[in-house]
Amino acid sequence: MAFILIVGCGRTGSAVARRMLAAGHEVSVLDDDPLSHDRLDSDQETSWEDAGGRFTIGKAIERDALVEAGIEQADVFVASTNGDNTNLTISQIAQKMFEVPRVIARVMDPARAEWYESQGLETVCPTRYAIDVFEQELSSLGSGS
Amino acid sequence: MYAIVVGGGKVGLNLTRELLDKGHEVTLIESRRDRYLKMEEELGHVVQYGDATELWVLERAGIQRAGLVVAVTGDDEDNILICQVARDKYLVESFIARVNNPRNRPYFDLLGIRPAVSATDLILRLIEHEVPEYGLVHLLDLPGESLEVIEIQVTEGAPAVGQKVSEIDLPEGSLVISVLRGGGGFVPKADTVIESGDEVLVCLDPGLEDQVTPQFATA
Repeated sequence: MAFILIVGCGRTGSAVARRMLAAGHEVSVLDDDPLSHDRLDSDQETSWEDAGGRFTIGKAIERDALVEAGIEQADVFVASTNGDNTNLTISQIAQKMFEVPRVIARVMDPARAEWYESQGLETVCPTRYAIDVFEQELSSLGSGS
Repeated sequence: MYAIVVGGGKVGLNLTRELLDKGHEVTLIESRRDRYLKMEEELGHVVQYGDATELWVLERAGIQRAGLVVAVTGDDEDNILICQVARDKYLVESFIARVNNPRNRPYFDLLGIRPAVSATDLILRLIEHEVPEYGLVHLLDLPGESLEVIEIQVTEGAPAVGQKVSEIDLPEGSLVISVLRGGGGFVPKADTVIESGDEVLVCLDPGLEDQVTPQFATA
């Protein structure tokens, strides 16, 4: 069992949080919007907290919020706010300041994802997946020549 | 020199004007369309529209040949990213970042984004300069050059009072560079005698502060 801290409780962050909790991990979620908590509860029989999850309201970049959310104990840090630059910055903070063993950043821009990947940061780029899938789907069209 | 300024707020726009006046080649990158259009009327092709945290926007601006990148957007994460990419990917020699929220300064330090300038910090220093009870004020820190300038209010009974500058027991690597007395300032000579109520500016190697201060200010 790992302790996973997920920053950003949007569609991706909340879904990953729920799956990781269901898989038996300890999960803490940080988001500055209190309403984002609803994504963790919707369609669930028990509330996020009753199911064993943690939720902290606070800004991703703020040290106190990260500490309150448990970054010092985290085995895995997932940056999935809606800002690429925020994700890239807090991931490096998690790596270098808090020495979290595993850090993964969501980066929408493929170019930035590729560069930071080459710098030793683990990145997930949804845009790149979408492009690949589109290309695959459209490959049935064959070559235009 | 070719400089790229990112962020066309008050700071970025005025900086661009100043650099142009001094004869430098400048590109200003602004991501808000309304601001961009307004500035384009004045600055023409000097302004480019785009998000400078996107690599192709920086490349379009010619970052490969830039000697200086100045990141002064209102977003600290953007400023960090721009400087990091400029330094590590495009090997730009000099960069300056703006710190909007002083609480984020440790992150700039952590990632080696220096110099990082915060208006709040600068104003705070001026306040400290105006309010003498702070005792000691950091006027200038140049960590890259291993140099600090501090200002100390000389208190009554301190070891330096009544002593010539040359006789004060200062560590190697520190020097009294200016004395402020009676509303004026002067560069002291070896035989200048320090008085209580003076303010002295001391240039020193970082880390010597604890040895220097007790000579001028009693706790």
